[in-house]
Amino acid sequence: MMLRLIALLMLLALPAKAEEIVLGLSRDAVAITVTFQGSDIIVFGAVSRNAPAPQDSELGVIVTIAGPDEPVTVRRKARRMGIWVNTDAVDVSAAPSFYAVATTAPITEILRDVEDLRNRITIPRAIRAVGATVPDSAAFTEALIRIKTDQNLYQMLEGAVQLDQDTLFRSAISLPATLTEGDYTAHIYLTRDGVVIDDYLTTIPVSKVGLERWLYNLAHTQAFLYGLMSLAIAAGAGWLASAVFGMLRR
Amino acid sequence: MIIYLPIAEVSVNAFLLLGLGGMVGVLSGMFGVGGGFLITPLLFFIGIPPAVAVATSTNQIVASSISGVLAHFKRKTVDLVMGGVLMAGGLIGSAIGVVIFNYLRAQGQVDLLVQLCYVIFLGAIGALMFVESLRAIRRASKPGAVPVRRKHNWVHALPFKIKFRVSGLYISVIPPIMVGMVVGILAAIMGVGGGFIMVPAMIYILGMPTKVVIGTSLLQVIFVAGFTTMLHATTNQTVDVLLAVLLLIGGVIGAQVGTRIGLKMKAEQLRILLAMLVLLVCGKLAFDLLVMPSELYSLGVRGA
Repeated sequence: MMLRLIALLMLLALPAKAEEIVLGLSRDAVAITVTFQGSDIIVFGAVSRNAPAPQDSELGVIVTIAGPDEPVTVRRKARRMGIWVNTDAVDVSAAPSFYAVATTAPITEILRDVEDLRNRITIPRAIRAVGATVPDSAAFTEALIRIKTDQNLYQMLEGAVQLDQDTLFRSAISLPATLTEGDYTAHIYLTRDGVVIDDYLTTIPVSKVGLERWLYNLAHTQAFLYGLMSLAIAAGAGWLASAVFGMLRR
Repeated sequence: MIIYLPIAEVSVNAFLLLGLGGMVGVLSGMFGVGGGFLITPLLFFIGIPPAVAVATSTNQIVASSISGVLAHFKRKTVDLVMGGVLMAGGLIGSAIGVVIFNYLRAQGQVDLLVQLCYVIFLGAIGALMFVESLRAIRRASKPGAVPVRRKHNWVHALPFKIKFRVSGLYISVIPPIMVGMVVGILAAIMGVGGGFIMVPAMIYILGMPTKVVIGTSLLQVIFVAGFTTMLHATTNQTVDVLLAVLLLIGGVIGAQVGTRIGLKMKAEQLRILLAMLVLLVCGKLAFDLLVMPSELYSLGVRGA
């Protein structure tokens, strides 16, 4: 983690950066409990400077929160013999399970395309689609983004970062209730005239806790026992209802 | 009250699930069906991943069937011998079914198979039952009409005959085993106990009296659904016990209520209602297959 950060900083190496990010998070971990209904993460911070801010260029802040990458198969239906069936499929080797981008202004104004390509910031760039076997594979990645956006799992929030006096920034990103576990990464980029001048990366672990954790682990490590437990609960409940109703009748 | 389901990984309203379970439980007790053919599509609809919906509904079926069958035991309307024979076929069938299910899931065609199974079986069975029970009702309404005696068909010509005392039958074990097997296969693929296929098969192929059919069908559904639950839990880890608990609390209570309603109704009335319900679900699913879907694309996790 630290090493990666250092490597990243070296890559971006400008001789002593003029502007840097100082970051805070409203929470450094998300716990999925039985009553989990989604969670808000507030990303806030400041731009620290060792010289007065340049007046002739525009400052931009971009906040991204990404869930763990997962391989996804996108399938398309077509009409065969009168009914709609899955025909073509495209394998996307890695797509984030959750991805939100929040910016201070429309993304095209504060981020150049080359910079986007290098840092993989916008949603289409964050998805790695290789091994496409159908000619119109772009339609499949578009569909992936559309479906995930409908589920609130991909969010493009232009203008959702508030920037005060070119120094303090703040953004609230809501994580939906359909969250999967894993290490989420919050990545903050500082841009000037569309060029990334500094970035900051931190991890937010999202994990099930308590009963959720216990059931999930049991289901995966002790599958047989878990199955028996499910059946025992079912049998017990069925018997109990019958017994209770039998008593009520008397 | 919103609950996060650990295996399905979605949040759902607990009261919605309780209500859903209760409604399906009533039908289960009334008709001797597990209610899986209703609950699985309903779970899809509220956003539970299909694999979890199929596996978990088998678990809920176990609960409501036990609740229902105990009520029938008290009234001595369960044929244990017939239940045992059907079960033997059912267990073989459900093992075959899970293998087919996993193979097709890898091919990405499992949704299609499940839907086609539903449309074909629900359509055929629903239509047959509807026509037959309509005729029975018409006959009954004509005063002085003589009920037709049960005909001897090909079923009675097979070897290995056994006496099924409660059902009042003396037939070969081959047809019940075959019926059990077919139902077992479908149970695993469709996430159903198979009652809606079993009930008409027992009435029309085996010639059992309707009152005995319901209790016996429930008995065999318990074991097939229980076996399928275990197979799904160990091979796919897709049984969500929290989801099952919420569904079955409603389900077991509903099943008790349903059993009492069912006993007060005439056999033809029960059959025609079940037929109508089956046709309704079939119509909805056929509509989905034939009409262009609003979203042509779907996402799947690879390798799972």
